[in-house]
Amino acid sequence: MAATEKLPVTGAGPFNAVLTWVDQRFPLVATWKEHLAEYYAPKNFNFWYYFGSLALLVLVIQIVTGIFLTMNYKPDASVAFASVEFIMREVPWGWLIRYMHSTGASAFFICVYLHMFRGLLYGSYRKPRELLWIFGMFIFLCLMAEAFFGYLLPWGQMSYWGAQVIVNLFAAIPFVGPDLAIWIRGDYVISDATLNRFFAFHVIAIPLVLLGLVVVHLLALHEVGSNNPDGIEIKKNKDPKTGIPLDGIPFHPYYTVKDIFGVSVFLLVFAVIVFFAPEGGGYFLEYNNFIPADQLKTPPHIAPVWYFTPYYSILRANTINFFWVDAKVWGVIAMGISVMAFFLLPWLDRSPAKSIRYRGPIFKGALAVFVVCFLILGYLGTLGVTEGRTLLAQVCTVIYFLFFILMPWYTAIDKCKPEPERVTK
Amino acid sequence: MMRKLSGMLAPVRLVAALAAAAVLAAPLVVRAQEAEIRLEHAPIDVRDVASLQSGARLFVNYCLSCHSASLMRYNRLRDLDLTDRQIIDNLMFSATKVGEMMNISMTKKDAAAWFGPAPDLSVIARSRGSDWLWSYLRGFYRDPKSPTGWNNTVFPGVGMPNVLWQLQGQRVLKEEVEKEASGRELKDEHGGAAKTAKFETVVPGTLSPLEFDTQVRDLVAFMTWMADPNQVLRKQVGVWVLFFLVVLVALTYALYKEYWKDVH
Repeated sequence: MAATEKLPVTGAGPFNAVLTWVDQRFPLVATWKEHLAEYYAPKNFNFWYYFGSLALLVLVIQIVTGIFLTMNYKPDASVAFASVEFIMREVPWGWLIRYMHSTGASAFFICVYLHMFRGLLYGSYRKPRELLWIFGMFIFLCLMAEAFFGYLLPWGQMSYWGAQVIVNLFAAIPFVGPDLAIWIRGDYVISDATLNRFFAFHVIAIPLVLLGLVVVHLLALHEVGSNNPDGIEIKKNKDPKTGIPLDGIPFHPYYTVKDIFGVSVFLLVFAVIVFFAPEGGGYFLEYNNFIPADQLKTPPHIAPVWYFTPYYSILRANTINFFWVDAKVWGVIAMGISVMAFFLLPWLDRSPAKSIRYRGPIFKGALAVFVVCFLILGYLGTLGVTEGRTLLAQVCTVIYFLFFILMPWYTAIDKCKPEPERVTK
Repeated sequence: MMRKLSGMLAPVRLVAALAAAAVLAAPLVVRAQEAEIRLEHAPIDVRDVASLQSGARLFVNYCLSCHSASLMRYNRLRDLDLTDRQIIDNLMFSATKVGEMMNISMTKKDAAAWFGPAPDLSVIARSRGSDWLWSYLRGFYRDPKSPTGWNNTVFPGVGMPNVLWQLQGQRVLKEEVEKEASGRELKDEHGGAAKTAKFETVVPGTLSPLEFDTQVRDLVAFMTWMADPNQVLRKQVGVWVLFFLVVLVALTYALYKEYWKDVH
């Protein structure tokens, strides 16, 4: 069928023949070149650019450890808790696999939050990277779903009551809510039926979607090219002879070796937690989750895991019944919008400069205040409610939304510095 | 160069701003709560095998008649330098095989009906914490108003009597104070108000207070070990893993710098 035979592969020593055989039947060399050896990335990536590849690494860790956990875990309400402890105690090296998986969940969110913050710092969501950002946001949503479904599986008190609280949010939706909640749970309360379906979502449905999204995220990235800390397009300045961006360097080997260094440092930090503090001070593994789920005993204080606490705070901050609609419904709406607002960033931001390096003081201030509010909301979400805390959460929630609502205005009037022609080192 | 520096500093300045704002917000977050008993730090060492063996003996004698430890296998005690023979002869009362779990002979239903719910203790040290167990087991006092005749400063109104009373003797609660002798207010680890209890011994036990504390220490150490029996191995392996990773970081850094020499 092939009209012209491709050139033989060279430079692979004894493997030349077999690679040639494959390349004539599969776009091996072309793929290698397009995505690694001849994918030109800006040469001025800094610290913040490690977290994309690290998130990919954590995804692999989660999938591999997840496979081994599945071999011993039992998605049955009567034995689920004991089967997790069986993994911790009786399965050879089971404790290591389980702690890697539980630490990996938090590490995934740390990497993704820092990866998203990088996007905010350097305007990585701006044209032509809007779709790349949207795929990334879908990955974030999938990750939240994956973490939520997975957290029920150990069947501890926090697993159980956390799921109860979140599923009850759907019951707040007018008219269809209560039926919807029953449909999600498969029962009137969180039960064995819920555990089984959450298990199915956690190990099959969501990971499949997640992997597909990661592929399109990378394809979109390689179509438009990477942004950089200066927020300028390296494709504007190409070598007239070769057509290669003057400020670009091949991803392989330059960024592969750099990312391998990043991976080593990450693994060092990861190992410190896995081997010496796997509970993460009660934030990565909550103490109350070592009590088996008991549907008759509601814990006095139900806190989600740290990565959901900013949104949980926003949910709880809504305490006023507006327009005859229950405060709880407003809370659910506010929480939904607080996550979804990031989707709109490419169109809300009207600054002439992409990178924070050339933006004016207003955006810098707004971003700093936003991050502070996000962190305060996150901290408050781990605590019980008091009057003072609710007030603080309300103030932070308002600022959180103002960051997005006012963005078209303050980014337009901000005094930006001129962007350079070429990337700075 | 300056450009690069200012670019790198932007995140640093941001972090500084965040820290400042967090400090300003902190007083808003902290709020006075009702004073709770301050937990004392449990002076345990989960690598002290003699202490763990003593704790295991106390556990099977005093806890295992009402509480199960259904995730704990008897012959896991081999990790504490005990032989199967020693385990069978000294530590197994209701079980017949050394590979059995530490279950109790009462059914859950009977136990709940006779004594109220007695939680499984396999991982209790992970949910309650060692400091809580240490303070709780040393917080019992005589209280004629309670159905069992016992009450506890850490767990007021607890259904469990003081099972160690023959060792500890009988005490009454003298007072609960919220200030130290120097007049300073007591604080818990979160900076909230805390109180501490003063007892008076009315009937001495078979052990001196120091001997009793040593026994409770061993019991808490055992329960802490039992909640995560691989914790000692985990840290030993961790040291080697970190050693390997430090070398890996150095090598990959050198590799990265070598490749990047020609990027200008």
